[in-house]
Amino acid sequence: MSKFGDWINKRFPAREMMREHMTEYYAAKNFNILYYTGSLLLLMIVLQFISGFFLMAHYVPTSQDAFNSVQGIMYDTRWGWLIRYMHVDGVSLIFILLYLHMGRGLLYGSYRNPRELLWIIGYVIYIMMMGEAFFGYILPFGNLSYWAGEVITSIIHAVPIIGPPLTTLARGGAGVGTATLERFLALHAVLWFMIIAALIVLHILALHQVGSNNPDGIEIKNLKGPDGVPVDGIPFHPYYTVKDTFGVAIFLTIFAAIIFYAPTMHGVFLERTTFFRANPMVGLPDVTPPWYLAPYYAMLRAVPNKYFGIALMMLAIVLPFFLPWLDRNPVRSSRYRPVYRWMIYIMGATFFMLAYIGELPPLPKYFFLERMGAAVYIGFYLLLPVISSFEPTRTPPTRVRS
Amino acid sequence: MTGTLRMRAVAGIMGCAMSVLAYGQTAPLPSYAFTKAAVVAGARIFASHCSACHAVSSLRYQRLSGDLGLTPAFIKKEIMLPSGAHYLQGMHPVMTEAQAIKWFGMAPPNLSHVVRAQGAGWIYRYLTSFYWDPKRPSGWNNHVFPQVAMPDVLAPWGGTYAKDGRMISPGREPKATYQRQVADVVAFLRYASDPSIFERRALGRYVLGTLILLSIVSYLLKKEYWKDVKPNGDEASQKPRDRAGTKKS
Repeated sequence: MSKFGDWINKRFPAREMMREHMTEYYAAKNFNILYYTGSLLLLMIVLQFISGFFLMAHYVPTSQDAFNSVQGIMYDTRWGWLIRYMHVDGVSLIFILLYLHMGRGLLYGSYRNPRELLWIIGYVIYIMMMGEAFFGYILPFGNLSYWAGEVITSIIHAVPIIGPPLTTLARGGAGVGTATLERFLALHAVLWFMIIAALIVLHILALHQVGSNNPDGIEIKNLKGPDGVPVDGIPFHPYYTVKDTFGVAIFLTIFAAIIFYAPTMHGVFLERTTFFRANPMVGLPDVTPPWYLAPYYAMLRAVPNKYFGIALMMLAIVLPFFLPWLDRNPVRSSRYRPVYRWMIYIMGATFFMLAYIGELPPLPKYFFLERMGAAVYIGFYLLLPVISSFEPTRTPPTRVRS
Repeated sequence: MTGTLRMRAVAGIMGCAMSVLAYGQTAPLPSYAFTKAAVVAGARIFASHCSACHAVSSLRYQRLSGDLGLTPAFIKKEIMLPSGAHYLQGMHPVMTEAQAIKWFGMAPPNLSHVVRAQGAGWIYRYLTSFYWDPKRPSGWNNHVFPQVAMPDVLAPWGGTYAKDGRMISPGREPKATYQRQVADVVAFLRYASDPSIFERRALGRYVLGTLILLSIVSYLLKKEYWKDVKPNGDEASQKPRDRAGTKKS
């Protein structure tokens, strides 16, 4: 190696890190399309950071000027529309990728021993992302932002004893206003983002400690060649870096098509009510969350009692943490577990049905679907320990199928 | 999986996600092309009929020259009609808020984001749904916005109708021309809600072209690298169906 390289490596383990995490990190060679989601999520976080930086440079966090400053970005700032649409549409794409990424973990049993911690860190990132999205959602201070801020912070109000002072603390006052915007901006751009970034580093370190799972759910480390390299493993670099580059190019094409031709995605990625200025005097007929949070909102609405509704929603959010211990079957991948596979399909379909219902006005006629959805979603986790102990399975192969 | 299949799968997954999400759209306009010419025509009608009362405060007159290819002289002569309009400022109404409250009971809404907020179809239907109602202070009522304070300023062009749709007095323009003019105003408001739209569309094809080219190049590069990766043969990877039956574990 070059002299400069040697000088660096005596002082910083660049080569060692490159070997450990790239050229001698072995991943199974049978990764499918769902395995693009990890690198794409990493890319999206970086893009959100960059577009967020430029947005923050033009944003004014006061109840008087927040709406106008965001419109200033859209009307008067050079390339302002590009950075705002990147940031706004980026959120929805991150959640599409997150759901695919987590769905992959479910399908191939990637949460199972020894990857429990990897799953838990990842799930914490997902929950943090929901908070990050919520804080960001309030900042443009359209009327939807205002009412969403009021409604969500009032959920904290339900906490016994400390609830009311905690709500005041979250809002920075009695209602949502300048103090709320200031602290939400600080949370969104500094604290929450730093925690998410740190958790992503932990997630990748944990992944590289245990190695990537694969669609067959078998451990490639169990079958090593004479050179000590897993026979079904290939070095992450160059094989998966070059493959992920292709994934990035395709993904960016889709991303650009959305930004340039359908930036509001017919009001789904950027809701129409965000184009009214925040107005405490004008209530919205229905305050609905963005699509990626709507499933939980639908479950919250399934119960007319506020406290039980919140408890049900919390249960739905908390249950996936225990997935590594709820699944008791020795076979990991759903490829060899037909019953488990159909449970995932039904649960996934139910989750997106709830997302759809959560966007509709809160009418009693949806109660049945909301309750059914909540029951199926929570039932998936509660029934898993029982079903996974008895379900029929097929024997996984000894080598990965490609 | 072959390359084309994989690409199709990517497109398929994203497509499904998008189509699931693309609901709740308002009814569209009668099909008129959204062109710069329509926006310019709409801007002229807006300037002479609407901007006396309505602001489009986010949109500076200056933007029209860059986005629509108009000369400053044309903008000043044809579009900056309200007295006191400034080329570098947004569109503000002639009527003051105090006058508006005195005459209509409220200030007419700022129309900067109205198409994004209500949908182009709604605006079109609203503008073409006025009817003569002597009980109202202004003499006008509206099917899609009952008890609205605004009078039908376009009635001299489109005609006056009763609640049941019967024509009371004909307009100056043939029906098709009138509808076209209303659609032009809506086109202008759509542009005002989303002024980067022409810039985006013009730029988008180059961005997409470059990214598609990059996708092709990176696919070929991936294929070249992955030549060394040999798929496992059947004997190495026992397929599950080779082992008949299910096993309880």
